[in-house]
Amino acid sequence: MSTPVLSVKNLTTSFRVDGQWKSVVRDISFDVGAGETVAIVGESGSGKSVTSLSIMRLLAANSSRIDGKIFLNGRDLVALSEKEMRSVRGNEMAMIFQEPMTSLNPIFTIGRQISEVLTRHKGMTAAEARDETIRLLEKVRIPNAKGRFDEYPHQFSGGMRQRVMIAMALASKPKLLIADEPTTALDVTIQGQILDLIKVLQEEEGMSVLFITHDMGVVAEISDRTIVMFRGEAVETGKTDDIFHRGQHAYTRALLSAVPKLGSMEGRKLPLRFPIVDVKTGISTEPSEEKDTVSKKGPILEVKNLVTRFAIRSGLFSRQTGAIHAVENVSFDLREGETLSLVGESGCGKSTTGRSIMRLIEPTSGQIQLDGYNVRDLRGSDLRRMRKSIQMIFQDPFSSLNPRMTVGAAVAEPFIKHQMGSKRQAQEKAADLLERVGLSSAMMNRYPHEFSGGQRQRIAIARALSLDPKVIVADESVSALDVSIKAQVCNLLLDLQESLNLAFLFISHDMAVVERVSHRVAVMYLGEIVEIGPRASVFENPQHPYTKKLMAAVPVPDPARRGIRRGISNDELKSPVRPNGYQPPQREYREVSSGHFVQVA
Amino acid sequence: MPVYIGKRLLVAIPTLLIISIFVFSLQKLLPGDPVLAMAGEERDPAVLELLREKYHLNDPIPLQYVRWLGGVMTGDLGISLRTNQPVTQLIAEKLPVTIQLAVMAMIFAFVIGIPAGIIAAVKKNTVIDYVASILALSGLSVPNFWLGIMLILLVSVKLGWLPASGYESIFVDPVRSLQTMVMPAFVLGNALAATLMRHTRSAMLGVLSADYIRTARAKGLSPKDVVLSHSFRNALLPVVTLSALLFGELLAGAVLTEQIFTIPGFGKLIVDAVFNRDYAVVQGVVMCTALGFILMNLIADILYVLLNPRLRASL
Repeated sequence: MSTPVLSVKNLTTSFRVDGQWKSVVRDISFDVGAGETVAIVGESGSGKSVTSLSIMRLLAANSSRIDGKIFLNGRDLVALSEKEMRSVRGNEMAMIFQEPMTSLNPIFTIGRQISEVLTRHKGMTAAEARDETIRLLEKVRIPNAKGRFDEYPHQFSGGMRQRVMIAMALASKPKLLIADEPTTALDVTIQGQILDLIKVLQEEEGMSVLFITHDMGVVAEISDRTIVMFRGEAVETGKTDDIFHRGQHAYTRALLSAVPKLGSMEGRKLPLRFPIVDVKTGISTEPSEEKDTVSKKGPILEVKNLVTRFAIRSGLFSRQTGAIHAVENVSFDLREGETLSLVGESGCGKSTTGRSIMRLIEPTSGQIQLDGYNVRDLRGSDLRRMRKSIQMIFQDPFSSLNPRMTVGAAVAEPFIKHQMGSKRQAQEKAADLLERVGLSSAMMNRYPHEFSGGQRQRIAIARALSLDPKVIVADESVSALDVSIKAQVCNLLLDLQESLNLAFLFISHDMAVVERVSHRVAVMYLGEIVEIGPRASVFENPQHPYTKKLMAAVPVPDPARRGIRRGISNDELKSPVRPNGYQPPQREYREVSSGHFVQVA
Repeated sequence: MPVYIGKRLLVAIPTLLIISIFVFSLQKLLPGDPVLAMAGEERDPAVLELLREKYHLNDPIPLQYVRWLGGVMTGDLGISLRTNQPVTQLIAEKLPVTIQLAVMAMIFAFVIGIPAGIIAAVKKNTVIDYVASILALSGLSVPNFWLGIMLILLVSVKLGWLPASGYESIFVDPVRSLQTMVMPAFVLGNALAATLMRHTRSAMLGVLSADYIRTARAKGLSPKDVVLSHSFRNALLPVVTLSALLFGELLAGAVLTEQIFTIPGFGKLIVDAVFNRDYAVVQGVVMCTALGFILMNLIADILYVLLNPRLRASL
């Protein structure tokens, strides 16, 4: 192999915590060859982002320390002064980040932010930089690049902003592009577009890419070689194909077995728990045979023709000028012990549906029958009583627990507020629930910050269970969790379903997880259900074009199946904003097979 | 943009009406009879009655309010019970004095507070940050009157550098005018500078840890560009709103400062009017102040929108 573009030798990065140096990345060495894509994969806290920031030397100088050597084109970056380093950053190597929504400065036009790189590093005049920026915007396939030069970041969607970030990174034709989770915050169809774009641009420009991700599917899709990181150390490095099929380290195998694979459920009717692999030994425990938990009685939740719209107001007297048709004519039912998943991309109305059912958002019309309640007619104390039957688990385990409340108090609170028993009974209940979700009752007096993300989500589940609800709305409840934790929490939900006969309305964008945990699936698009049916039927025989597109976009964690090109498109997700007086069309559904319906017109 | 300004002005109307009712009734509820104050030693009931008639003090209160409000709308704030001058004229005389004091104090506050806040944020947890914070805390805790008196003692009495009191219009003798105003403006401005410094610092700290600042650094920009152009303009947004709110504090401070340095401004006018139960003047001054406050906030809101493209687009 010729000299590598990037060569990292024995990199150790430490942070000063309370006067002590604590190493977060330990003794990592790897090379990135010319034109090569190397992925660093790992879960939160593995040190993968710190590694990338160390290479860019973007960590705070006074509280961090980098040991080892980092050669970029043969020059040791660690030895450079901060001033010399500035002419390397954004010039010889560039970086794109995870959050396209916050990574661009909101008060400058995107044109200015890209031009800045050119005037800074290439000595261009403003006019030259403008022309070059427009060329770059065209290169990353932003439609009407010339017209959008003077627009601000908030006028772009997430996917388009990530394109802007890529254009900015490519501006000075860097030898190395570091992409730190560049698609994690994006919808799956947009993720596919961005991955394709990075690939194509890499070939055109002949640059090397260091790709940081937690997503094994993305790794399989994009990288030539892969480094697996675990708690600050590189536990395995090798060709991506070898890592996936002949992984040596126990952690690599554990990580891979926890990854849900779309299509792995073929031929199965019921949900399936994830295998749990011990990260130390690599021995995997295969899930036991599943029981059919779905009740034969009538549905516990029936939703008919649910509509939720939000008015858009503007002008001097804030007259209504239109409406967001967030949920449009949605109907489904849910039985005890059953999991119905609502899947779709951002803005499809899946979360609004969940909230409308609980009346956290006021629906515009429709009927909701829940456990004997006519939900839409409830007022005051009846409404609160209804909420005993339906509870919610949210996405972000960090912000959904009050930081000043012990977890015991948080779990006991609903029980006390609904006057379901004495304080003592509430304590006992909380202790029991914590045990049930796999924590210890001895943790009752601790505060949320003492727990990890996965543990907090368990606490949130315990809190939701404290009122003995019959239905749980799980709104992206496992989306923010690391793969191995995600698998554990999914298993917990399945255990609870079996023991408590819970019905889940599982709201998620993650097709692979949905395939694993659901009995039935409803695909939502622009506020409507376009396809609904038994999981096996929808996944094995998708009918609606949108369902097919969604499934095709999911990266498959298998490098052998890479290269099924989707063709570069830059379709945006449409928005359900309608003018005043808009009449939604009458929809018709066709029954594909028993219980499997698809929207045909 | 015109729609936005129109909207804000429409909202200002009920606000001003509520303030006018409040101002008017508050003083009807206050103990003390203005006629007695006017008449001085004269306690002849006939004379008092005549005075009451003259100033319509026997009319039903709602009628008095409507009459007064009608006058306010046409720029007639009534006649001072004390000096017999039109209130509008009194205000027109005193207002420029206070405006000059306020503007100079604000300039002090901005010139000291904002750079200090930026430096403290950039040099977080260093000696510079601590020194700036300690100075800010002392600026906030030292009472105006004490600082004013100490400065007069040191600068005027001991050193004889600046006049201890008095006022000269800036249009008549600019040098003398600035000389008399420097100390009061500093006394008035230092607490504001401290508040501004603390808010600028915290706004800057928030911005400096933002993702887009990391992006700016990843582009290889110099620290100057990162701090001044990418960070500061974002941190400025909350500071603009704060500055308009500080205007209220500024007026309250001006009352005291004008007393200490015997400056014949707005603050002195209102204090004298309250002591003399000069209702018309009190009403006029309070209305005028409220209008000023609303105006400052309107300007701040417009500036906020101009500085913030996210809001500009939604107009």
